[in-house]
Amino acid sequence: MIEVTNLVKSFKDGPVETRVLKGVDFAAKRGEFIAIRGRSGAGKSTLLYQMSLLDEPTSGEIRINGKETHAMSEREKMTFRLTKFGYVFQDYALLPELTALENVTLPLLMQGATRASAEAKASSALARVSLESRLHNLPSQLSGGEQQRVSVSRAIAHTPNILFADEPTANLDRESSSTVMAIFKELHKVGQTIIMVTHEDEYARITDRIVTLDDGKIISNERTSL
Amino acid sequence: MLSLINIRVGFYLALRQLRRASLWTTGLIVFVMLLTFLNLVVVTGILVGLIDGINNSYRTQYTGDVILSALSTKEYIEDTPSIVAFLKTLPHVALLTERYQTGSTIEANYLTRTSETEKPNATSAQVIGIDPVAEDAFTGLSQHVIEGQYLAHGDYDQVLVGNYLLAQYAFGELPGLTPLKNVSPGTKVRLTINGATREVIVKGFVKTKIDALAMSIFMPASELRTIMGRSDQNVAQVAIRLTPGSDPVAFKNLLLASGIGEKAKVQTFEDSIPNGVADIKTTFAMLGNGFSSIGLVVAAITIFIVIFINAITRRKFIGILKGIGISGEAIEISYIFQSLFYAVIGSIIGLAVLYGLLVPGIAAHPIDFPFSDGILVAPIDGTLVRIALLVLTTVVAGYLPSRMIVRRNTLDSILGRN
Repeated sequence: MIEVTNLVKSFKDGPVETRVLKGVDFAAKRGEFIAIRGRSGAGKSTLLYQMSLLDEPTSGEIRINGKETHAMSEREKMTFRLTKFGYVFQDYALLPELTALENVTLPLLMQGATRASAEAKASSALARVSLESRLHNLPSQLSGGEQQRVSVSRAIAHTPNILFADEPTANLDRESSSTVMAIFKELHKVGQTIIMVTHEDEYARITDRIVTLDDGKIISNERTSL
Repeated sequence: MLSLINIRVGFYLALRQLRRASLWTTGLIVFVMLLTFLNLVVVTGILVGLIDGINNSYRTQYTGDVILSALSTKEYIEDTPSIVAFLKTLPHVALLTERYQTGSTIEANYLTRTSETEKPNATSAQVIGIDPVAEDAFTGLSQHVIEGQYLAHGDYDQVLVGNYLLAQYAFGELPGLTPLKNVSPGTKVRLTINGATREVIVKGFVKTKIDALAMSIFMPASELRTIMGRSDQNVAQVAIRLTPGSDPVAFKNLLLASGIGEKAKVQTFEDSIPNGVADIKTTFAMLGNGFSSIGLVVAAITIFIVIFINAITRRKFIGILKGIGISGEAIEISYIFQSLFYAVIGSIIGLAVLYGLLVPGIAAHPIDFPFSDGILVAPIDGTLVRIALLVLTTVVAGYLPSRMIVRRNTLDSILGRN
């Protein structure tokens, strides 16, 4: 489903060039739930951003469903992100002036759905994360855990090929974190491909595979016992 | 790309951003738009209205809709009685007034002057001989008497004096016009017309912004005729007011076709206004447009700053929108819709204020400029053009900053990196 070959990402700050990813090779199959783990600054999020087409690698190849992404135009990437991917960010990334329902509806409208069908899908996605009673609340009226669940709903409402999650529990308390991870487990059960960056071993262990990064390189790639 | 989906999503976003924006902020931006709209329309409208005020005053207080005056080779309109008789048969004529006119010198201190070397308290002035009743019905001259009383039908040896001839009301000395000092109603003055001298009493003062009247002396036509030594009924002017809806130009052409043009100069009120006034009107309109353009630039900068600040503070969210696949165009369109909202609401309120309050209000109570009773001229077609200009400027001013922010790198925007 996704193949990464010799991926390099450097950042330039004047004359100084910092290599964050130093030739990463990685692959994920359809339906896999993968955790990317590592110390702070190891390059976990950077790898996720390259794979999810939010950023442009310095060199290397990323193939999604056999399609080389390097040659894609910005518009193609946007369409890919809209239709094939779902994103869950660490800080929820909800639009503050949109209600829970509207936040989830918006990408569906962008995909061309009618308002009625987009809202129906969005309602059903919110119901999957037990937020059917909070449809018309603004993010500011929701707890952190609820906001993250809205974010998950937005990511899954259009049934994406891959769900990318960047430290989805980092800002949540234990109970909310467990709820979000339980939702991920449910999604995985029904075949959703999930690639999640986390620094918490407890949540990494519920995945199929843990990829550990250190200093821009993959140092281990092991299946979990689950 | 301007696709239907982009417009739909842009509208969806804009509507919600506006609905949940701070009421104060929205109110303030709309207020700026309202002021800009008024600046666009009112500044030019007042400047043009200042001149139109002169024209209106000219029409109501002096010329009427059409005026007949003596040919340049004559001092009076020949065969006036038959012309007036003919005019009275025409259905378009609502009112008319006849005026005699001649030059004079008016002297105020002739009784107290002790030596020939003492500068006389005198000035040149035009004397207008009127039928007080007909003139008042036509021009409402009695309403312009600010001191003393208006002329009555049988008055004799009594005059009204225009304000520019009086030191207490004049702007100051003008070339050839030295205002009279120490004159009040009841003062005796000496009037010299064609070598004939007559001692008359000032019955009242007329204050008007029409120069031709403000520099004139009014006396009953019958008396002036006697002083001028005229026994005919030929006057220097016949001012005609037409019935409502009559076209002055068509009426003028009718008179010319009837041969009156051979005995009198026939002019509509517009013809009779000096060319310079029309030039001043054009100049004022240009000045007004100039000031309005500055206002438009200020509005554009205001909207640019408002949208730029809005977009820059929402940069992270713009990044997220792009990250989850919302197109840059849809985001830009959302800002265009917001700018459009501010401009349209500002203009709608502006229209209500303009045509509901300012235009009728100022028409009922003209602005008292020193030389004109200014009105607000705001023709609807010109106003619509200005609204279109304001909306266009606002849309561009709203689009540019949003485009600047939307074009930034998506991930940098999400992560708040520069």
